[in-house]
Amino acid sequence: MTESTAEHFLEVRDLHVHFPTDDGVVKSVDGLSFALEKGKTLGIVGESGSGKSVTSLSIMGLHKEGTARIDGEILLNGDNLVGASREHVRQLRGKNMAMIFQDPLSAMHPYYSIGNQIIEAYRIHHQVSKGVARKHAIDLLDRVGIPNPAHRVDDYPHQFSGGMRQRAMIAMALSCDPELLIADEPTTALDVTVQAQILDLIRDLQGEFNSAVIIITHDLGVVAELADDILVMYAGRCIEYGTADDIFREPQHPYTWGLLGSMPRLDRERSERLLPIKGTPPSLINVPPGCSFHPRCSFGHLNGGASETERPALRDVGNGHQIACHLSAADRLRLWDTEIKPKL
Amino acid sequence: MPPTVITYIVRRLFAAVVLLFIVSAITFSIFFLVPKIAGGTPESMASRYAGRAATEETVKLVADRLGFYDPVVVQYGNWVKGVFVGTQYDLGSTVADCPAPCLGYSFITRQPVWEDLLDRAPVTMSLAVGAAVLWLVAGVSIGVLSALKRGTVFDRATMGIALAGVSLPIFFTGLISLTFFTYTLGWTARGGQFTPFSENPGEWAYDLILPWITLAFLFSAQYARLTRAGMLETMNEDYIRTARAKGLREHRVVVKHGLRGALTPILTIFGLDVGLLLGGAILTETAFSLKGLGDYAVRAISGNDLPKVMGVVLFAAFFVVIANLVVDLLYAVVDPRVRKS
Repeated sequence: MTESTAEHFLEVRDLHVHFPTDDGVVKSVDGLSFALEKGKTLGIVGESGSGKSVTSLSIMGLHKEGTARIDGEILLNGDNLVGASREHVRQLRGKNMAMIFQDPLSAMHPYYSIGNQIIEAYRIHHQVSKGVARKHAIDLLDRVGIPNPAHRVDDYPHQFSGGMRQRAMIAMALSCDPELLIADEPTTALDVTVQAQILDLIRDLQGEFNSAVIIITHDLGVVAELADDILVMYAGRCIEYGTADDIFREPQHPYTWGLLGSMPRLDRERSERLLPIKGTPPSLINVPPGCSFHPRCSFGHLNGGASETERPALRDVGNGHQIACHLSAADRLRLWDTEIKPKL
Repeated sequence: MPPTVITYIVRRLFAAVVLLFIVSAITFSIFFLVPKIAGGTPESMASRYAGRAATEETVKLVADRLGFYDPVVVQYGNWVKGVFVGTQYDLGSTVADCPAPCLGYSFITRQPVWEDLLDRAPVTMSLAVGAAVLWLVAGVSIGVLSALKRGTVFDRATMGIALAGVSLPIFFTGLISLTFFTYTLGWTARGGQFTPFSENPGEWAYDLILPWITLAFLFSAQYARLTRAGMLETMNEDYIRTARAKGLREHRVVVKHGLRGALTPILTIFGLDVGLLLGGAILTETAFSLKGLGDYAVRAISGNDLPKVMGVVLFAAFFVVIANLVVDLLYAVVDPRVRKS
């Protein structure tokens, strides 16, 4: 996690994504940096509107022309995608980087068969006949666990169940063997029983294809299963970044504590209530001054009001584990050990 | 075609026949019952067809020959019988044999209606089909471009023209274009000419180009607005983002994914519009003096010529019913979600 000059497979440096609107500039992403290697999984966690989806769409170059102002660097294999020509980014899309969306029903065209849509994805980047592409599509459907793929390939999205559709969506994303796979809330629209299957599938396929995976979710449970590293976003910024081990074993930021506290767990006593984070995420047009989390933070009084005036910088608290918080190391450790951990 | 589709079509065709019966019965009743309520007698009705200075006997003779002394139900029965098995008509000097489908003889011109209709249908069909192709291509392309260039000068200009196009009636645009293109510039044919396609396709198109453009102008305006609205909606769908995420070129995204999604409502209206026009484009035919079904309908109604009115109404109703059926079948072709149900 430490700043290194070595080339990473994917490196995002000081990314800003702003949307000018009539009401003001929406600062969806405001200075985000992270790096990811092939074969590794990064989980980006945060509430709705924290900027996680905007980040992924920026990497994919999927923001509508003229709507987003993107600054910073997105380096894929050392190739900066910010400011690259739209045609260049288009050629990378689908082939080098692919994306799985939240709701597979609305993300697939209702008028084209599943096979047709996978074939299309493959043939954009490969000069092969329809027959060859169709065989490839059937193989992919088989690989993602669709029973009787040679038959189901001609089905339409509405003839698939939710979990099957997401499998097909994954097959479509993997059709060109992308080095980077972004899964934007891949299980949110699915039944709980299916969620684990889809996560297993993503993990298996990652092992097979050795791609880098970014999982975007609001559910820490999802990344606990999959991620090597976790990045917690709040109001367009990274507030905690570290290995999954660090984040789950010793989370340092009060917001991350809040996320962990709002996670339902089976092993908790039923009489105990969840510990929701109070309040709502801030407006991204008028982000609170200082630490953007301070209006919702229960511990802001411990640092003499610095949270209200001064934005905390992201700093290393050991082994590359980074947080953006004004609380002293001693305070954080004490709070975690005495107040937070016992309640989780 | 799977058997379910065939049963579906058969069922719909049966319903269409029932509908045509109802339409004919209503038209027939209006024709006879309205004068009756106004206090008319068989003689007063027949006097319209008996010539200007007809004697009382002549009028009675005409009323008898036209069957006006029979109860309305019997008259309708005779008419229906003619449609299915043919009948004979007493034209005074001769008795004409009218084979099925016999829609009767004009009260005024004494011409068989069916033959009249067959004579005039090609004019209306040529007009409708030619204009339909023009307005579909023009309207949809303009609508797509406007949607993609939303808010630009192009969008505002075309939508402004479209608004004008929707608001201006044919008898205005038709006469203006006739004056300008035909009489001032001499580029297009004078109205009133028609060459069958089978005789000379070039001449056919030359005669019809101005009516086509005038009619298409009105309709493409509507289609452009409709397409634009549809495209603005579908281009925001998640599946468009997916198509882009695959790395598809933008024009393919727009046409293959965007337009395909926006096409269903356009197709519906297109089918109904064409169906309606095939029954006669009254204003356009009148403005350009084309002897089509619309013109025929105007003459039939203004002359109170029942067999003609019946014929032209049935013809129009037939096309509307068939267009509805075709649209419903096309739905299943376009949208796989409809196919099952």
